[in-house]
Amino acid sequence: MLRFIFWRLLQAIPVIFVVITATFFLVRSAPGGPFDSEKAVLPEVKRALEAQYKLDLPLHEQYIAYLGDLSNGNLGPSFKYPGRSVNEILGSGLPVTAELGLYALSFALLIGVLAGVFAALRPNTRQDYIPMGMAMIGICMPSFLLGPLLLLIFGIYLDWLPIAGWGDLPGDKILPSITLGSAYAAYIARLSRAGMLEILSQDYIRTARAKGLPEWRVVIQHALRGGLIPVIAFLGPAFAGLLAGSFVVETIFQIPGLGRFYVQAAFNRDYTMILGTTVFLSTLIVFFNLISDVIAAWLNPRLRAQFKGGA
Amino acid sequence: MNTEQTALLVEAEDGASLWHDAWLRLKKNRAAVTGGVVLTMMVVLAILTPWIAPYGYEAQNLDLGATPPSAAHWLGTDIFGRDLLTQILYGGRISLAVGFIATAVALVIGVTWGAVAGYVGGRIDSIMMRFVDILYALPFMIFIILLMVVFGRNILLLFLAIGAVEWLTMARIMRTQVQSLRQQEFVEAAVSLGLPPSAIILKHIIPNALGPIIVYTTLTIPSVMLLEAFLSFLGLGIQPPQTSWGLLISYGAETMEEYPWLLIFPGLALTITLFSLNFLGDGLRDALDVRGSKD
Repeated sequence: MLRFIFWRLLQAIPVIFVVITATFFLVRSAPGGPFDSEKAVLPEVKRALEAQYKLDLPLHEQYIAYLGDLSNGNLGPSFKYPGRSVNEILGSGLPVTAELGLYALSFALLIGVLAGVFAALRPNTRQDYIPMGMAMIGICMPSFLLGPLLLLIFGIYLDWLPIAGWGDLPGDKILPSITLGSAYAAYIARLSRAGMLEILSQDYIRTARAKGLPEWRVVIQHALRGGLIPVIAFLGPAFAGLLAGSFVVETIFQIPGLGRFYVQAAFNRDYTMILGTTVFLSTLIVFFNLISDVIAAWLNPRLRAQFKGGA
Repeated sequence: MNTEQTALLVEAEDGASLWHDAWLRLKKNRAAVTGGVVLTMMVVLAILTPWIAPYGYEAQNLDLGATPPSAAHWLGTDIFGRDLLTQILYGGRISLAVGFIATAVALVIGVTWGAVAGYVGGRIDSIMMRFVDILYALPFMIFIILLMVVFGRNILLLFLAIGAVEWLTMARIMRTQVQSLRQQEFVEAAVSLGLPPSAIILKHIIPNALGPIIVYTTLTIPSVMLLEAFLSFLGLGIQPPQTSWGLLISYGAETMEEYPWLLIFPGLALTITLFSLNFLGDGLRDALDVRGSKD
């Protein structure tokens, strides 16, 4: 097990390095500097600015300087918000996005696993078709459509919930969490249905039933562990998707989180901000993929062998 | 008739009956058939748009402004008095085109990459697949946004960027297929007959791996369309004066309080299309009996 974790960590390092390098050169190769849009900046002011942000150095020296800063955990200053560092901006956005993601994921797991297990217990009956039909709607209804629709219905027509903000008014966290989580609830429902169907036809489940165990104990104690492996394995990629989804959800509901900052940085051409956020988010995603792989392997020793074989 | 011809005939017959069986199974699946029909209608409408759209694409009527659905404008008009049905038809052309073209890009790269890796095997295979593994671990949504920011928002780049993301799974599926096909006698026979690898891959391997390729392609199109709509919604995808369903949804969301139809109808168009593609893809997977590993 330790060897497996070590091996996966070793694989993650080149990935993160590729991300840093590719992002750095992509951003630097973009046409137009960050200060070009400013009106009437004196040449000497511009030069001073560029010196301050080390833009006057040759590219490879900038790259080495950036790597040096990164190794100290310093993501550099923001171009658009002078006086604020990228670290500070990320630090203020991260807790918000983390909280939103946590609620969305909890919602997705709760609804998804319940619906999936429920459907798998009576396959090809109405008890299967109704939740799976709803899951299909969840997959086909993108968050940028679901969000505004929920806003329109619950925020404006019914006036039950606030339409924007995060932690300012009671209940303003409900709609964003549901918007972000619903597509994942749908995927998780499909995955747990398929996983449970496979497990429920295995011999050891028949044994458990033959012993006379009540059905709920068969399901909860014997089938869930194996049946939910696909769901666990999905959580790593889902994390990346949740982050991307937060771009849209935070924009719709005006939530001051990482996703909104990233989109704004993209529009403002705030290069250090884009660079810093990309590096930070990518590292997070790689890290979460790692965790989800490790958990999946822990639940299923056969997977471990497969990863070793693939090495 | 020599043995080689007989073998070919038997193989052809087997192939035909496999596809025939799949077709029969697919026809029984009502959701998949409905999906196929709706999708065909959407594609036909998109192709015929310039001739059937009720109004010109750029026709404005500022005095009219935003009006709810009426006899003259079936789906209403936007704040510039532009006919929404016309906008949705033209937007659908772009959305569908992005879906199909970007998927085609992914298909070509993925199938070639996977086929070569699986066929050649050995060290080249492990290098090629390690490359896929590394790309897989990259946070691609962030990279596409980055690309669109750095190189400007043009539609060609959008095709490339999306295609470049989606080929990875295709390559993995193809490689697994090729590895198992490579062990089969008919491929060994082709090798011993001295056919060059390119001919073996094109004539023998790819046709036999078609099932999973078709299924995965059908399921890639909706995810590509979602990606395009997602980017357009954020303002990083399709740019005016062109339009797409994602962009129309984004405009609709801005004014949904006063003019909800501007959000609802483009949303319906996108959702129905995605529904049809997913149902068709699921139906094909069952019909062709592909053990799915979509995600």
